Amino acid sequence: MTKGIVDEMTLPDGNIRGHYAEVATWLNGLSRADLVRNQKEAEAIFRRSGITFAVYGGVETNERLIPFDIIPRLFAATEWRRLAAGIEQRVRALNAFIHDVYHRQEILRAKRIPAQLVLQNEAFVPEMIGVNPPRNVYAHVIGIDIVRVGECDYFVLEDNCRTPSGVSYMLEGREAMMFLFPELFAKHRVAPIENYPDMLQKTLTSVAPPTADEPTLAVLTPGIYNSAYYEHAFLADEMGVELCEGSDLFVEDGWCYMRTTQAPKRVDVIYRRIDDAFLDPLTFRADSSLGVPGLFDVYRAGRVNLVNAPGTGIADDKSIYAYMPEIIEFYTGERPMLSNVPTWRCSDADDLGYVLQHLPELVVKEVHGSGGYGMLVGPSSTRAQIAEFRKKLEASPAKYIAQPTLNLSTAPTLTPNGVAPRHVDLRPFVLTGDRVRITKGGFTRVALKKGSLVVNSSQGGGTKDTWVLED
Amino acid sequence: MGSGRLDQILLGRSAAALYWMSRYVERAENMARLAEVGYRISLMPRASEGHRDEWRSTLQSCGCEQSYVAQYGEIAGSKVIQHLLFDESNPGSIRSSISTARNNARAVRTALTRDVWEALNTTWNDLSRVRPDEIETFRLPGFLEWVRQRSMLFRGAMVSTMLRKDTFFFSQLGTFIERADSTARIMDVKYYLLLPDSVSVGGETDIQQWAQILRSVSAKRAYRWLYRDSGHTPFRIAEFLMLREEMPRSLLFCYRRVTEALDGLYENYGERRPCHEAAAAIAAELAGNDMSLIFRSGLHEYLGRFMQQNNALSIRIAADYNFP
Repeated sequence: MTKGIVDEMTLPDGNIRGHYAEVATWLNGLSRADLVRNQKEAEAIFRRSGITFAVYGGVETNERLIPFDIIPRLFAATEWRRLAAGIEQRVRALNAFIHDVYHRQEILRAKRIPAQLVLQNEAFVPEMIGVNPPRNVYAHVIGIDIVRVGECDYFVLEDNCRTPSGVSYMLEGREAMMFLFPELFAKHRVAPIENYPDMLQKTLTSVAPPTADEPTLAVLTPGIYNSAYYEHAFLADEMGVELCEGSDLFVEDGWCYMRTTQAPKRVDVIYRRIDDAFLDPLTFRADSSLGVPGLFDVYRAGRVNLVNAPGTGIADDKSIYAYMPEIIEFYTGERPMLSNVPTWRCSDADDLGYVLQHLPELVVKEVHGSGGYGMLVGPSSTRAQIAEFRKKLEASPAKYIAQPTLNLSTAPTLTPNGVAPRHVDLRPFVLTGDRVRITKGGFTRVALKKGSLVVNSSQGGGTKDTWVLED
Repeated sequence: MGSGRLDQILLGRSAAALYWMSRYVERAENMARLAEVGYRISLMPRASEGHRDEWRSTLQSCGCEQSYVAQYGEIAGSKVIQHLLFDESNPGSIRSSISTARNNARAVRTALTRDVWEALNTTWNDLSRVRPDEIETFRLPGFLEWVRQRSMLFRGAMVSTMLRKDTFFFSQLGTFIERADSTARIMDVKYYLLLPDSVSVGGETDIQQWAQILRSVSAKRAYRWLYRDSGHTPFRIAEFLMLREEMPRSLLFCYRRVTEALDGLYENYGERRPCHEAAAAIAAELAGNDMSLIFRSGLHEYLGRFMQQNNALSIRIAADYNFP
């Protein structure tokens, strides 16, 4: 326990939080050897079923397991309800915002956001202007990264509105836990999450084009070498729909079809897990071999729906993020229920001045980066690292934003030296179609290194099962 | 045996992946069998002078002679083993075959049962941890047996857990077209030993060679049981490997399974395609044939034609079912 940092299990006075009581007892009853053995078993389960992910940036792309920590992270029912309300408010605002920027652009006319910040943004897709997807939903699947910094204080770090991943780890993690620790589940009322694929299918079906009576769904993947391929296959399997690569789809006479062993089959909703730029070589990147030539025209004509819509990246851009409180107020008329992290945009001269003066205490991120690559965590960096980063920042300030270093909450985690607190965040998955559906749980990421605040799996982070306890 | 008409669709690419997944698992198993035979011969006394020829014919049997010579030049036992088992540059090596099979399996993960996937994925995982220098000599037989067992586990999982529908039938087609090719190839490389007028028939070396051919298809005992006291004769061995339906690696057996699988597809899709006719013709020719006729027209020519037809059928199936 470090002073000023909230621990999920233990109160500042050293007592165990009520909803963690059983877990604490369970941990006390386990020897080090038990813990290690269980940890190994969990790993074996993951390896056998092939849940791997590829790490980019190394010399070669290898299949690797994301470390899984067997100690669950718990939410009390009341805590979760508060969070869920904030999440729903946020995703409604995000979808309203995307619709607006591709239509009347009211928020820009009202000058609540500088127009050039949207219109000049790389993530703004002009081809989407005037497109009306079913139910006006653009970001059907959102993964919101949330951290806890105080007893009742939650901050949203990022809204992942493009193609957030991690849901298969969440589901397989739960499977492994139920296999390893049935007795622990018997003592808790853990909200189920295994209905996620079902919720996803309902969401996708609800946004099918009106032309489809019994809509045919498909998952579009870049293929087996993609880092999240396992998840694409997993979701297609669970929903009982086809897992397609671009070459399995083709456009003819204004409709999109799958190539099958028999006659071509029309596709109505595509849950695509390839980036915007690769969707359609005729509209976006011409050199893309992953996409489907002509797909975007079929989409514009309303004869196929793409989930998520192209152009949703504008809503999770890190420079737009700073305006989320305004965006929420503008479209919902309400105060934001979840806090935004104060953000300095380094493209602004005043902001840059402040950031350069306070580098050792700030976190600096690339505006368009993701996965924890290319970022600076001031407090845990050496002087030399900071000096080096300063040069990069001065060379192209517009590429960066900065935020205060947050004291992420900690949760008990198995380490080489026994159970110890490690920093965690949370990515719940939110589906929007005919209504908003939120998984009761999510993907808890944990920084396995002592003191580290970087939870990304590409940077040595692990995952935990997340339990939302029912009343 | 089929499930009647299917409502669900199957992507052409998925059908292809199922087909090639099974072909490559079968290929890995056949490679293990051939390598084992080569290794046993190399251990025999008196093997020294014929040693290189033995490894050469092993390389020929599995179609790896060219790739070997290109990489290593002169033939040496340990290098042959390396090439057949572990060379990633050799697409037919056990390591390459298992990785190709697994890549195909990953591409159709949704069409496989957990048992089938795990059988193959575990093989791939374990194989990737095997260091070639650990295997080369005394641990080789154990390793090759392991490969065979893993392949059988995969097929067992397939047969016991997959629904009898198109996905299963495409996989069966891969297994048996590959196996038919392998049996025909093994026979063709040694066809001169099987000719009735072969000069040295009955010599000790020949008996060893025959035993080797039978061993490479796990059929030494089956042969003895089926033909009782009649000893090894070229005529019977050839008949056994080509025309006996009860022999699971014979050409006819393979074609019975191929036509069964195609019948299953017909039931599922309600339509015959050109490949149905092609397969039926091959099966009918094998079933109605007689060894003495085959010998009269030339065994080598016959096997050559069979491998060509078998390959043409594979191409036909790909075209008929929209493989990419």
